Amino acid sequence: MTGSRIVSMGHYQPSRVVTNDDIAQLVDTNDEWIRDRVGIVSRRIADSETVADMAAAAAGKALANSGLTAADIDLVVVATCTSIDRSPNVACRVAAKLGITAPGAFDVNTACSGFAYALGTVDHAIRAGASRNALVIGAEKLSDFTDWTDRSTCIIFADGAGAAVVSATADDEPAGIGPVVWGSAPEKSDAVRIEGWRPYVQQEGQAVFRWATTAIAPLALQACERAGVHPSELAAFVPHQANTRIIDGIAKRLNIPNAIIAKDIVESGNTSAASVPLALSKLVERREVPSGAPVLLFGFGGGLTYAGQVIRCP
Amino acid sequence: MTRDEITTGLAEILEEVAGVNPDDVAEGKSFTDDLDVDSLSMVEVVVAAEEKFGVKIPDNEVQNLKTVGDAVSYIAAQS
Repeated sequence: MTGSRIVSMGHYQPSRVVTNDDIAQLVDTNDEWIRDRVGIVSRRIADSETVADMAAAAAGKALANSGLTAADIDLVVVATCTSIDRSPNVACRVAAKLGITAPGAFDVNTACSGFAYALGTVDHAIRAGASRNALVIGAEKLSDFTDWTDRSTCIIFADGAGAAVVSATADDEPAGIGPVVWGSAPEKSDAVRIEGWRPYVQQEGQAVFRWATTAIAPLALQACERAGVHPSELAAFVPHQANTRIIDGIAKRLNIPNAIIAKDIVESGNTSAASVPLALSKLVERREVPSGAPVLLFGFGGGLTYAGQVIRCP
Repeated sequence: MTRDEITTGLAEILEEVAGVNPDDVAEGKSFTDDLDVDSLSMVEVVVAAEEKFGVKIPDNEVQNLKTVGDAVSYIAAQS
């Protein structure tokens, strides 16, 4: 059966840098407190860019890096939970901006785990013969949904986008995207919320921290096992960039001594569904991981939902 | 387990999770104000305590555990 692989990555971040000192002008907090609790030093906040603008910019770069053209793309999937418009969806807007004609186009909303869900879905679509070359994008503008008077949340969230070009592998080529492990903890649906008509992100910090640091590691190990990759073989671990203490807590339980642990959160903040492709794209751009090496992606967040898989680095 | 044994066990956890000096741990001490354990480290303490003492400490109970003595009482009642 034909599998799929990530051919290339691309990312986009707004140019505006917002430091912890900038946030301390808005609410009662300080640089040391933010670094200590969440590990963020600065984040990028969009001005006029929409989710679709950022998604298209990231996807355009991924496409340019792939050697393919817009005409080759037959599927566009965008993971986001911060698109304002109900219709058209972000995927159609991206296709229009990039001149991709007649692709399958849909959005996925599983909040912070969105990219891994979208990547799993696209892998399945390619295996089923419904696509040959796809764009998978995580894009978020959390700043539209941030209460800038709430110091427990406004220090955390940010904007950005990351994208992957995913193509079918040749018959004699090994699959580059491992089986997805996905699921949810719907009984904890109150833990992360963006609810109502003019919503803000609200979360139960301790409950999310506990769930993420205890429940995720065994699921991530399951993704390794299903891909036939021993944790010690991993060249990199790219989890959702929620909080450096969560990232460290999960990594400690995985026992992955040879893996680079992505901590893009330090300079990018928590960008929900964009965080995994953003961090992965930067690792690829800096050539920190050899092409073909196994990388564990794992997203988790609102829902609560989770998804992850082992991929071969493009 | 006696209250002293639970306190000693908590002191070991607090040292490992949050770098608290075990000599500072006593029933009257507040986790936040006296031992400088922040809200996320408190979650790590609770998770480690569940394992060590074989008890369940649900999310909504964590906020009621203000002092080491509160935690000792909760664990003693459960175990």
